[in-house]
This record gives sequence, C-alpha cells and structure tokens, in this order.
Amino acid sequence: MRNRLKTLINPNIIIRIISLALAFTVVQVLISVNVINSYLQITLATICINIILAVSLNLITGFTGQFSLGHAGFMSIGAYTCAIITMRYGTLWSFILGVFLGALLAALVGFLVGLPTLRLQGDYLAIATLGMSEIIRVVFVNLDVITNGAAGLSDIPQFVNWIWLFVFTAGVVWVIANFLNSSHGRACISIREDEIASSAMGINTTRYKVMAFTFGAFCAGIAGAMYSSYFYVIKPDLFGFLKSIDILVIVVFGGLGSITGSVLAAVLLAIMSTFLQAFSEIRMILYAVLLVAIMIFRPQGLMGSKEITIGMFNKLGNMFSSKKEV
Amino acid sequence: MPILKVEKLTKSFGGLMAVHNVDIELEEGELVGLIGPNGAGKTTVFNLLTGFYPPTKGEIILYKNGKEKHLQGLKPDIICKEGLARTFQNIRLFKDLSVLDNVRIAMHKNVKYGLVSSFFHLPSYIREERKLYDASMELLSIMKLDHKKDEFARNLPYGEQRCLEIARALATNPSILLLDEPAAGMNPAETAMLSDLICWIREKFKLTILLIEHDMSLVMKICERIYVLDYGMVIANETPELIKSNKRVIEAYLGEDVSDA
Ligand SMILES: Nc1ncnc2c1ncn2[C@@H]1O[C@H](COP(=O)(O)OP(=O)(O)O)[C@@H](O)[C@H]1O
Ligand SMILES: [Mg+2]
Repeated sequence: MRNRLKTLINPNIIIRIISLALAFTVVQVLISVNVINSYLQITLATICINIILAVSLNLITGFTGQFSLGHAGFMSIGAYTCAIITMRYGTLWSFILGVFLGALLAALVGFLVGLPTLRLQGDYLAIATLGMSEIIRVVFVNLDVITNGAAGLSDIPQFVNWIWLFVFTAGVVWVIANFLNSSHGRACISIREDEIASSAMGINTTRYKVMAFTFGAFCAGIAGAMYSSYFYVIKPDLFGFLKSIDILVIVVFGGLGSITGSVLAAVLLAIMSTFLQAFSEIRMILYAVLLVAIMIFRPQGLMGSKEITIGMFNKLGNMFSSKKEV
Repeated sequence: MPILKVEKLTKSFGGLMAVHNVDIELEEGELVGLIGPNGAGKTTVFNLLTGFYPPTKGEIILYKNGKEKHLQGLKPDIICKEGLARTFQNIRLFKDLSVLDNVRIAMHKNVKYGLVSSFFHLPSYIREERKLYDASMELLSIMKLDHKKDEFARNLPYGEQRCLEIARALATNPSILLLDEPAAGMNPAETAMLSDLICWIREKFKLTILLIEHDMSLVMKICERIYVLDYGMVIANETPELIKSNKRVIEAYLGEDVSDA
C-alpha cells in the first residue's frame, strides 16, 4: 500500500515543485526590493525566453537528432501572432489567446514543413529549415498591411512580467522533460541513436520526427509571444538566421541531449553577455572568444548528454555527511 | 503449415543481382539456416524481408491467423508490427542508452498511453510505465542481463551486446526472428551458450527462426533445414546431413574439409 502511494506521489515531483516555488519567490522578492532592477529584469526575460527556445530546440536537435536551423522562424510566428492580436484587442485574455494561437500556428507551420523535409538527413535538413525560416521572414516583410513590413511593429501592449515568464518557462521545461521521460520520448531518442534500428523495432520514425519538430515549433511560438509582449517592439530582422544560430549555440554549449544543460547555458550566456555590455565595442569578439575557449575545453558542452538530477544532490549530501562522520 | 513464403524474390543494385529469384518457405516453429559465402546476398534477403529495401521483384507472404498478408513494399516499422523481428550483422544497439531503455524502446509499439499522458504523467502513464518496466525486466532476467539494466549498451562486452540485440528483438514480441550472424566475434564458449539460448527462446517464445551464420558447427547442430545462397541464388535447401555432402555446396562454400567434420 505504501509502495502504491509512493509511485503515485513521486517524491521527486514534490522536490521539483518546492524548488520551483522557491526560485519563483526568491526572484519575486529580489524584484520587489529592486535588487533585480529594471535593467536586470531585461536579462531575466532574455534568460527565460532563451530557456524555452533552447530546451525546445534541444528536443528536436539534441534528443531526436534532427539538425534544425529554423527555430527563429517559428519564434517569429508566435511573436507576430501574439502582437497583432493584443494590439487589436488589448486585453489580458487576448494576450493569453495570442500566446496559444501563436504557438498553434508555429506548430502548424512546423508540421507542414516537417512532413516533407524530415526525410532529409543532416546537412540537407539544416539547409531546408534555414530556407524555411528565411521564407517566413520574407513573408513578414512583405505582408506590410498587417505586419508593417521591414519596420516591424511597435507599441505592442506589454503583458509579460515575471509571473508569466515563470509560468511559461517552467511549464515548457516541465512538459518537455516529462515527454522525454516517457515511451514516446524514448522513441524520439532512439531515432537519434540509430534510425535504422529504431524503425526495425517498430517505431514509425517519420511520425516521431515530425512530432518532435511540431512540438518544438509550438514551444518556440510561445517564446516568440513572450518576446513580443515583453520587449513590445518586433521586426522581421530580429528573427533571421543569426537568431537561430544564437539558439543553437545555447543548445550546443549546454550539451546536446541535456535539458538541464540548456537551462544552465541559457543562464550563463545571458549573464556573460550582460557583463560584456561594459566592453561595448569588443563585446561580440569577447563573446565569440569565450565560446570558442569553452568549446575547446568541453566539446561535448557543459553537461554532455547528462542531466543534473535530484539524485545527484542526494549523493553530494551523502558525501558531505559521511565526511563529517570521519 | 507455412508461416512465411518468399517467392521469386529479386533485388538488383544497379547491374548487380544481389538476390535473384529466391524462394524460401518457413514452417511454423522451424529453425532454418541461411548460409553462403560472403557477398552471397544473405543480409540483403533480411533487408528485403524487413522492409529496408523494396524488392525489385517477388513476393513476401506472411500467414497469420489463417490469413495471407503481403509484406513486400511495406515499411520496416509496419513489418515489425506484423511480427518479424531481426538483429543486425554489425550490431546496431542504441549505444548511449541503458540496457533497460534498449528493451523498453522495442516494446513501445504496445504502449497504451497517449501524448497528453506523457506530457503530464497522468495515471495511465504511471500504470503503463510500470507494466513496461516489469515486462522489460522479466525479459532481461531471462537473458541474464537484468543486473546490468542501468549500464550503457556501449559498455557491455561484445557477447552481451549480441544477447542484448536478441533481447531487444524479442521485446517486439515477434513470431518470426531473423538472426544475422549472431555468433560473429564470439569465442567457442560463448557460441555454445548462444546455441542453447537460440533453441531455448524458440521454445519459450514459440518462434520461427531464420539464422544467418558462418559458424558451421553451430548451424549444423541446431538448424533443421538449411538454405544455401550463392551469387544471390538458392543452390540448396536440405537438412544439415544432406547439405554436408552436397557437391555444389561444397564447391561454392563449405570446401572439402567440412564434409567430414
Ligand atoms: N545497399 C547496397 N548497395 C549496393 N550494393 C549492395 C548493397 N547492399 C548489398 N550490396 C551488395 O550485394 C551483395 C550481397 O551483399 P550481402 O547481402 O551483404 O551479402 P552477405 O550478407 O551474404 O555477405 C554484395 O555484393 C554487396 O556488395
Ligand atoms: Mg551479411
């Protein structure tokens, strides 16, 4: 009986909830006492949005093994959809509607693009997804009636604050982590490991590749919506292929196939570039040099394909407590 | 009663006839060998049977519950669901995943919870994952791999990797098992254990087995019937005793010495 309860109420879930609540409260308090001032809040928003982007791209590239260079394209669909809806209606409900509609549209495009292109392998897929995101960008430039063309949209109602950032970031990471820890997620991972063996074991590899791609696009759409509603200015150039590369850098830096690696990398890289703002002109060079240095010393990324788990902290705790006994 | 019938199966790669008008018939519960020199087309036959290549010509018919089912042109995952499972000549495990995950993934097609349940770990997820875990562990303990369930597949010794590949194929719950050189790279002790294992799983899981193997002592010992392939064509289909004394087979493959072994 006790065993039953144990499996129903997994202690790890409780620890996860507690640590999330703690993280939320600490940041909320720091914001209200202005330790995280309005300048640092921008870094905070960037971190959250990048976490969503990186974790969802990791699902596609790191876990399912499909090299995509089009993530910024999906992000822009979410950003524009949410911006256009909230600019028209201006209510909180329209924001929530905008987020989900943006995500759904991004997912729809992801599905339609994924179906034919995911038959391609490696470099070809990368080029196809790159092309797709460029097409999306050009469409936004040319739809001036609703997107205001290359100049983009400004004065987008700002609904996103720390609470929304937290809810969506934690939600996306939680759901993706759960997915990967399920039979469907393992089916995706098996494609990365060996697509031929995977299909020989009865897994419809096309289906799961398209699924991961669509799901990743959905999350990128959410990130885009967060972006437009927080920074209240968007234009097509923000979502060019440089943005896709930025996201890929976070994923590779954190470790292909590590959720916690992506989260860690998003935080560290944002802090690094905030710190480098002080060196205005040479900051991009420094950023690049640091990245190269890190990749030389840890080519597999910060975490490789490993995860930071609660079990690890238990082990660490045991190490310390056993040391004390000695 | 036949369970699988292959008629005039042909595969050409450009000008090369890798498999040419091959007829194979497997009776339910049989253990049949498929031998022949390197490059004879044995692995290609497996790739045709399991849907990795579409045949240039020919038919593959599976008899299931009294019904005929044509397998040629179907995709590998569908053929796996129809009950044909295979191992690979050059081991193809999910190397960076645990032993347990290798087997669990092969059981995925029978998992009965949807995406929503996997997103939120609803009760159906918990129930089905438990079943999946128990079934995987049962299979692993049969294959004596249960104590290594958390080991990465790449870290297993060679012989155990071969066993894990067989375990993974069994996890798909097949009625026909295709083994591509399972004893390759094994020492005699391991080969002896493998031959017991093959016979044992055939009884236990009520399998029909088609076995490609170069180790003639193994093939002659456990197979009831042997097909010999040479240049893509079947040159003999007989019991091990008759194969040993078949002139054409000796010329093409066995050589003189094996005939008195
Ligand atoms: N995908 C392929 N493309 C071209 N030729 C192939 C391919 N697969 C196998 N072959 C050729 O078909 C012949 C049979 O190969 P194979 O079936 O692997 O032989 P075996 O398993 O009996 O050693 C060989 O000559 C091989 O080079
Ligand atoms: Mg072969």
